[in-house]
Amino acid sequence: MTNSWTDIKNTDLVVIMGGNAAEAHPCGFKWVVEAKAHRGAKLIVVDPRFTRSASVSDLYAPIRQGTDIAFLLGVINHCIANDKVQWDYVKAYTNATYIVKEGFSYKDGLFAGYDEAKRDYNRSSWDYDMTAEGFAATDPSLQNPRCVWNLLKAHVATYTPEMVERICGTPKDKFLKVCQWIGETSAKNKVMTSMYALGWTQHSKGSQNIRAMAMLQLILGNIGVRGGGMNALRGHSNIQGLTDLGLMSNLLPGYLTLPVEREADLNTYMSTRGFKPLQPNQMSYWQNYKKFFVSFQKSMWGAAATKDNDFAYDYLPKLDVPSYDVLRAFELMHQGKMNGYVCQGFNPLLSAPNRKKLTAALSNLKFLITMDPLDTETARFWDNHGKYNEVDPTKIQTEVIQLPSTCFAEDEGSLTNSGRWLQWHWPGGDAPGEAKADTWIMAQVYLRLKALYEKEGGAFADPIVKLHWPYKEAGDPKPDELAREINGYVVEDVPDPNDSTKKILEKGKQVVSFAVLRDDGSTACGCWIYSGCFNEAGNNMARRDNTDPDETGAFLKWAFSWPVNRRILYNRASADLEGKAWDPTRKLIEWDGTKWAGYDVPDILPTAKPDVVMPFIMNPEGVSRLFTRGLMRDGPFPAHYEPFESPVVNPVAPKIRGNPVARVFKGDMEQFGDSKEFPYAATSYRLTEHFHFWTKHVWVNAVMQPEFFVEVSEQLAKEKGIRSGGWVRVWSKRGSVQAKAVVTKRIVPLTCDGKTVHIVGIPLHWGFMGAARKGFGPNSLTPFVGDANIETPEYKAFLVDIEPIPEPVA
Amino acid sequence: MNIELSRRRFLQSAGAGVVGTSLGAFGFGDVESAYAEMIRPFKLAGTKETRNTCPYCSVACGVILYSQGDRSKGDKAKIVHIEGDPDHPTNRGTLCPKGAALLDFVQAETRLQYPMIRKPGSSKFERVSWDQALDRVAKLLKEDRDKNFIAKNGDGVTVNRWTTTGFLAASATTNETAFATYKVVRSAGMVVFDNQARV
Repeated sequence: MTNSWTDIKNTDLVVIMGGNAAEAHPCGFKWVVEAKAHRGAKLIVVDPRFTRSASVSDLYAPIRQGTDIAFLLGVINHCIANDKVQWDYVKAYTNATYIVKEGFSYKDGLFAGYDEAKRDYNRSSWDYDMTAEGFAATDPSLQNPRCVWNLLKAHVATYTPEMVERICGTPKDKFLKVCQWIGETSAKNKVMTSMYALGWTQHSKGSQNIRAMAMLQLILGNIGVRGGGMNALRGHSNIQGLTDLGLMSNLLPGYLTLPVEREADLNTYMSTRGFKPLQPNQMSYWQNYKKFFVSFQKSMWGAAATKDNDFAYDYLPKLDVPSYDVLRAFELMHQGKMNGYVCQGFNPLLSAPNRKKLTAALSNLKFLITMDPLDTETARFWDNHGKYNEVDPTKIQTEVIQLPSTCFAEDEGSLTNSGRWLQWHWPGGDAPGEAKADTWIMAQVYLRLKALYEKEGGAFADPIVKLHWPYKEAGDPKPDELAREINGYVVEDVPDPNDSTKKILEKGKQVVSFAVLRDDGSTACGCWIYSGCFNEAGNNMARRDNTDPDETGAFLKWAFSWPVNRRILYNRASADLEGKAWDPTRKLIEWDGTKWAGYDVPDILPTAKPDVVMPFIMNPEGVSRLFTRGLMRDGPFPAHYEPFESPVVNPVAPKIRGNPVARVFKGDMEQFGDSKEFPYAATSYRLTEHFHFWTKHVWVNAVMQPEFFVEVSEQLAKEKGIRSGGWVRVWSKRGSVQAKAVVTKRIVPLTCDGKTVHIVGIPLHWGFMGAARKGFGPNSLTPFVGDANIETPEYKAFLVDIEPIPEPVA
Repeated sequence: MNIELSRRRFLQSAGAGVVGTSLGAFGFGDVESAYAEMIRPFKLAGTKETRNTCPYCSVACGVILYSQGDRSKGDKAKIVHIEGDPDHPTNRGTLCPKGAALLDFVQAETRLQYPMIRKPGSSKFERVSWDQALDRVAKLLKEDRDKNFIAKNGDGVTVNRWTTTGFLAASATTNETAFATYKVVRSAGMVVFDNQARV
């Protein structure tokens, strides 16, 4: 989230699209209700299903899953055509005026530079014209036909209300009403918030779904303001934290990146990470990259990371592919190229796509290690559970080691919520049996591995034996010790250059924030964006003062929000070029003639003059991007692509199947079905009574929603002879499931490109372990393909067939 | 920062005071003590309250754990009740159908208690000690790493990566667990590394 849950009360219009907060985030959704009750805010819900969020909305518009980009570009087209633009914001705070290089183009669904064989683009033309001084060329008059604004205008012109209806199945009158309400928030005193979740991410173009809304929010001037923003609701309680801390193939903590093979040394690595400002006087904050990187290396390898060895640069692995994400991992396992896998609190047998492939892949492993408080399906993938897990254990040669871990109620530490709040929690009970904290387990594994390397030697032992491990009890690092490391500390005294009797930084002290980190090895910091969470003032994540001056929703003294306790990202953009709030009733920070101050921690150097330094300090431009240069693989603007399995041919680019640059492994393309064989558009979703595959272990939740079902419209039920409560078989090219049918008015058939499209809803909470009845999940059916930029699997749009069946014999 | 003053205890004693005063004032002192003896102690009165957050979704509602037994004094503690934290700015004491049933997660029958190993081809898990399990884990990791570690690529560039064993991190563990995990996984050169952000 750019903003926070409690900030939603400040909005005038909530758009829930790509999520279902009322059911999936109920206690956060109360802030939508608060805005409706106290501000008279309106709620728009755009979803293929009439969800509980939709049931309390002021305006509901149905949409076919996988067509959000067409819808959003249609809204942008409407706003541009009808002058619903926050012009002062767009001209000053976005790259609308920037001039794009000759050579960049878009035609028939493809941008310039496409290579069909590689399924990739040469993105060199997706960039700005540069001036002789080395800055990006602009045209403040917006007359140049190659400025971003004019290119955008031409790009979205295709998405007329008629075209939106044809692609999305959204009736034109409903779509236009949505446009009208959204367009009204271009006024300086009106604000809209976007709330989305996995309904947007789980597509082969998920990142571009989100970009499309971010662009719309920028055009309306709704980013950086109270009640506005792009608010990813997110899934699990600490998925934000795990991502912030870089537990992904290609990341280091704090969104630094792992080296790739062509970056043989630190200088080469840094050469593409200089982030030279693209306009004069801009902060381009990533210029500090090296300070964060070197401080991270110091936290990893302490004294072994020296200037002479490039701060242990070679201790980091270098990537030969963009990432070894979970899809690639299972692909490699399937090919027999992996031997071991460790699953820590993760149940991929139910949460990764194409279950048949997953079972085959896990069966190829030599060993599987799981750490979990619960007995998961993954740990028991070899265990025969009849049709729910049809395997022959004697044929599976994988050794499985199942390690019991504590749960939230028995452990201590911080979780980062979707609003970027790091909240510390305390244990209230003891774990059952011999279950142990994950920190203990990881330390025990590490110490044993280290001892083996010290005793026997082996492949490149240095990074293991020299890992900085400063904990009082080496076998049991305490949460506060780890939190202090994440915050960062001073390794060597740093003398004051003006007065040698004084020190700027004192050895052994916690750093106050990332602002003091250095690239000479004198500071260490585990995750720069979290710096400030546990400094000399103490554990700021443990703060529990819920005062909120003037009730802005900021709660600055409650826990700690990254970065530097800032509650609303880009908050400098809440004020105009003179530093005054666009809307005085939503004042956030203002310029008092010498500095920025207000209700939040300023997202700008406090002394940066408002007409000189622009608000988007992480970008070398200083402004936000409507045109994202070559930073995304599938285009500098979003474009509509159908899901890989779609009931209709792409009306704007008929020759293109799916996202043209999404990675598809050999053999998986052949496993995509077409609409002749599989005529129905399926989607997956969560229920309010369950949390993923977790609460089926919880008696109360298992009682509330005991059994797997699929949801179909009355029309489809009639066509296929399906009875409510009767049994059906649902199958895709990859698998088949049996379920009870729920015949509902919540789903209605849509008309897309002249064709009736029936939607089948498949909730995801069942498996073969736990207290609920045994059942299946959508991943028995879903395709093995992910988003082109970040490989989130396409769970929300795929094709199935359905038929009624007699009740299965128990 | 556990809650020092139990709200329930506070309310209970305040309530008893009111009863005492009104009955006492009418000269029914004996009745009062007999009455007081008859009342079963309120179940939560003797519990310890601890602040925590709901582990499910990323709204991160505040919860209060009520347990019998004081961990700070070295006792074993058993959680007997969980409810929403009324002082939490986001949830203000409310919980959803998942959060309201958290106690049944903590006490789920399928909570794991002991390390287990399933041998190749076997159809059952067998209990082992932590030492046996951890020694085995370390041995398996080292064997695979030593055999398959790639120090240099075909062009002679130092790459120091290990691709034959992977690690899938969770999404409900603490940041502190995540950082400890990061250190162990990355220092081994592992690149097949992901978390649940994608699903």
